[in-house]
Amino acid sequence: MDYFLQQLINGLTLGSVYGLIAIGYTMVYGIIGMINFAHGDVFMLSVFIALILFLLITSLFGGLAIAVALVLVLIIAMALTALWSWAIERVAYRPLRGSFRLAPLISAIGMSIFLINFVQLVQGPRNKSIPPIIEGGFEIQIGSGDITLSYKQILIILTTAVLLAAFWFIVQKTSLGRAQRACEQDRKMASLLGIDVDRTISLTFVMGAALAAVAGVLFMVQYGVVNFSDGFVPGIKAFTAAVLGGIGSLPGAVIGGLLIGLIEVFWSAYFSIDYKDVAAFSILAITLIFMPSGILGKPDVEKV
Amino acid sequence: MSEGEAKTVASDERASFSWISALRDAGFLALFTLGLSFPILAFRTRQDLWHGLVLDPRWDLVATVVAIAFFGRLSWLVVGGRVSRNVQSFATQVGEVLAPLQNYKGTFRLVGLIWLIAYPFLAVLIAGPGGALKWIDNFGIQILIYVMLGWGLNIVVGLAGLLDLGYVAFYAVGAYSTALLSTYFGLSFWICLPLAGIFAAFWGILLGFPVLRLRGDYLAIVTLAFGEIIRLVLINWVELTNGAAGISGIPRPTFFGLPFNASDEGFAAFFGLEFTPLHRLFFLFYLILALALLTNWVTIRLRRLPIGRAWEALREDDIACRSLGIDTVTTKLTAFSIGAMFGGIAGAFFAARLGFISPKSFEFMESAVILSIVVLGGMGSQVGVAIAAVAMIGGTELLRELGWLKSIFGAGFDPTQYRMLLFGMAMVGMMVWRPRGLISKREPSLVLHEKRAIGGDLVKEGQG
Amino acid sequence: MGQAAMNTGVGPALEPILRVEHLTMRFGGLLAVNDLSFDVARGQITALIGPNGAGKTTVFNCITGFYKPTSGRVALMSGGPQSDPAIAALTDSPGRSQRVGRGGVYLLERMADSEIAAQAKVARTFQNIRLFTGMTVLENLIVAQHNWLNHASGYSVLGLVGAKSFREAEAKAVEIAVAWLDCIGLKGRADDPAGALPYGDQRRLEIVRAMCTGPVLLCLDEPAAGLNPRESAELNELLLSIRDGNGTSLLLIEHDMSVVMEISDHIVVLEYGKKISDGTPDYIKNDPKVIAAYLGVEDEEVDEAEAEIEG
Repeated sequence: MDYFLQQLINGLTLGSVYGLIAIGYTMVYGIIGMINFAHGDVFMLSVFIALILFLLITSLFGGLAIAVALVLVLIIAMALTALWSWAIERVAYRPLRGSFRLAPLISAIGMSIFLINFVQLVQGPRNKSIPPIIEGGFEIQIGSGDITLSYKQILIILTTAVLLAAFWFIVQKTSLGRAQRACEQDRKMASLLGIDVDRTISLTFVMGAALAAVAGVLFMVQYGVVNFSDGFVPGIKAFTAAVLGGIGSLPGAVIGGLLIGLIEVFWSAYFSIDYKDVAAFSILAITLIFMPSGILGKPDVEKV
Repeated sequence: MSEGEAKTVASDERASFSWISALRDAGFLALFTLGLSFPILAFRTRQDLWHGLVLDPRWDLVATVVAIAFFGRLSWLVVGGRVSRNVQSFATQVGEVLAPLQNYKGTFRLVGLIWLIAYPFLAVLIAGPGGALKWIDNFGIQILIYVMLGWGLNIVVGLAGLLDLGYVAFYAVGAYSTALLSTYFGLSFWICLPLAGIFAAFWGILLGFPVLRLRGDYLAIVTLAFGEIIRLVLINWVELTNGAAGISGIPRPTFFGLPFNASDEGFAAFFGLEFTPLHRLFFLFYLILALALLTNWVTIRLRRLPIGRAWEALREDDIACRSLGIDTVTTKLTAFSIGAMFGGIAGAFFAARLGFISPKSFEFMESAVILSIVVLGGMGSQVGVAIAAVAMIGGTELLRELGWLKSIFGAGFDPTQYRMLLFGMAMVGMMVWRPRGLISKREPSLVLHEKRAIGGDLVKEGQG
Repeated sequence: MGQAAMNTGVGPALEPILRVEHLTMRFGGLLAVNDLSFDVARGQITALIGPNGAGKTTVFNCITGFYKPTSGRVALMSGGPQSDPAIAALTDSPGRSQRVGRGGVYLLERMADSEIAAQAKVARTFQNIRLFTGMTVLENLIVAQHNWLNHASGYSVLGLVGAKSFREAEAKAVEIAVAWLDCIGLKGRADDPAGALPYGDQRRLEIVRAMCTGPVLLCLDEPAAGLNPRESAELNELLLSIRDGNGTSLLLIEHDMSVVMEISDHIVVLEYGKKISDGTPDYIKNDPKVIAAYLGVEDEEVDEAEAEIEG
């Protein structure tokens, strides 16, 4: 029982990270119907940015409390990652809007290759690791055993919850959110009604990247190590989460993320850690084949 | 455009050009570049002696990049419009000059074939026996493998319009079935080659059956997932595949039973030649050339058969196909499995060429490269795919040859590091420049009166 | 006689090739087609009309297998009259079709779209033209003959080696295609991409492409949409020649009354997924329910018409 609960907590932590990345996939797919293949690598880039910022801030302002440093890192990393994502959209996707269907996908794959190799080139191929930032946690006695709820995990789950709430507010209540939903329905009509479609799409990329940066900072706090190739697998898993939750649906992405996190952790705990990625990919395939509209997505009726 | 008109345009341009706005524009881009460079470019992380991470500032590099952005943008604003117009008009002129060459397609094909057959000999003649190894192996054989893979995938993506991001899985199936059959059962390469094709086609049907009712990007992602699953199983099923360490000691192909070695039973001894490793390379070159040409021949033949037309019709409009009584699932499966078969055969060749394979050779990046070759070439165009393979693979291989750049950029400069970086940039650039690929025209498969190519704007790219 | 044979306003019931009974199609909460029954007479032109959103295209999609109806039976009687007991027996069995002599009974609601076209020989066109735009006019018509050609190519094996039997079959297919192109005056454009044709020619090409599958029933979804009067007249001619020359039965959805009234032998009127009238053009023209629902009436007349319907 205690083992199970421990894994549950671990799964929710991991799932929060996946959910945050998944939102970027689901929003972009919702608005321009494109799989932003480079999004996983944007996440990886954000981990690097966060890592460097953290080192920079702690070395410049030695006496700063860890909490303040982390908040600073979070804000700057969100801004810088958003800048990158804006630039990527501007250079690689916007010129292709309304063109050949495969072109944006190929362009996104090219962008993904570029980002991986760019980071490898400027930061080197080795793993980058930092000592644990936050240590300790609550020991909770349950029945015969103990479970640990570390401060890191609390931080991750809380940050995710708070930022998701803020994000949800933007998408539901502001004019930007309304413009996004309008573009999702009918881009041409939205532009006829005076919505700046290009700007709305750019902002969608920016928001997705900012959330990926949140995931990046949390990833750094949790694992403290990153490699230039760390974007691909979390990216695919987050995409799986988006699909599982129903692509285009924001709550779906979060639910999907949590599910994927839980499945991965329980699979590793009870079956085989070697095959945990196989499990994730299998879930992706099975979902797409048998339940392509996911948990919260709308079923797609074929227009004849 | 008459001369007078041209002058007006030029003077208009001068009138509308403002240094202030150009400077502001370039300054903005420079600032933007600075934002992108910080901190990922400005600080390099390095592990110190105590395994702590330290930061090495590199503001000089950032300054260079920002300056490049500023002056690049500025000079583009000053002369860019004129340059791009000149380039465009030059391109049209070249196009006009080259257009009549279309009529000599047969001649070109013949010349190309002769050149390909003569290539290894030319390489030896020009680079000498030692230098030719590289040109035949890294360029000739390497490129031809990708040409064959590109042609195989072209059946799936270009003709049938099915977006497959996991093509490398079939390449892996072919390579591993050859490796396992030859090392476990001692089957010869010539038996493994067709078996690899059959196994890959079988896997194509097995994987294709559940996924082929998905459309568009979803199909792409599922095929990607299957490709990764196969790779991960190859890594983790250590008892069978020896895991990440790979399988070595795969028997090399023989020339009708004559091995390419220095022994008395070897190829060289049999024909009374002096032994040289070039013999094996020549043989491998002609073998992959023959396999690639076989792929090409079968594809061209199939395109003119009902099945090939059904593939293209499926790419154009699968709903219309269903209304005409075409069984779309079977049609998609044939495309998928025939494409897989050629991938498997190429895999068998790959395994036997090096005598060693590991899961590292079958990563997603390979699928992405093959797919980009197909899309850059122009979906469905056999010639385009071949050109794209030469440009992409040959181009990145050429970077290995740029060692002399060290004398300019210093000894720490290694051009090969930029290989995949440039590859990624080229993919984006090509899509922005020519989203439909190099050759977007489609040749009709059947003619009543007169053959005319169909413009790429009418040809659809498929939904699945 | 089933309910479907109910024929308001026409004389003796005609021998049907297609019998739609109690067809219902529900999309979530929306009832697009509600307990619809009608017949399509063999060798005649039947028109399905009704205001926008009446569910006409949904009926088409149910007949041609693109949608699976929620309930109801769609029976195609190919080759000649089929006995009611035979149809009933097939309905009770799990089977989808029963061959009788040269024809047979097909329960279309149990079959998939491509099977309906390939086996039951029901061809269709689409409201928004679905040609293979990047293929030539000729290729479009050859693709339509895929099934028998593919068989003749020995499922590509004979074709790959260039067997004579296949080359002969292909020549035959080209001959059929050219005959149809002659019929619509497009032989000269056989090697042009279908997407480059003018709109009216695309419409007619789509119709002859469907005819190249050799259908017993041809379903046309708004064939006259977007045509000018001259093109409409040419279309009428083509449809009549298909009915008379090939013995193919036609079912069409149409808004253009000049086409409907001129060539239809029989008209079925839908509104809100229900049949409101069924009969000859003359009968339909004078049916107050149709006038009220379809042709548009003044407000007071609507009340009157509603009273009439209710009563």
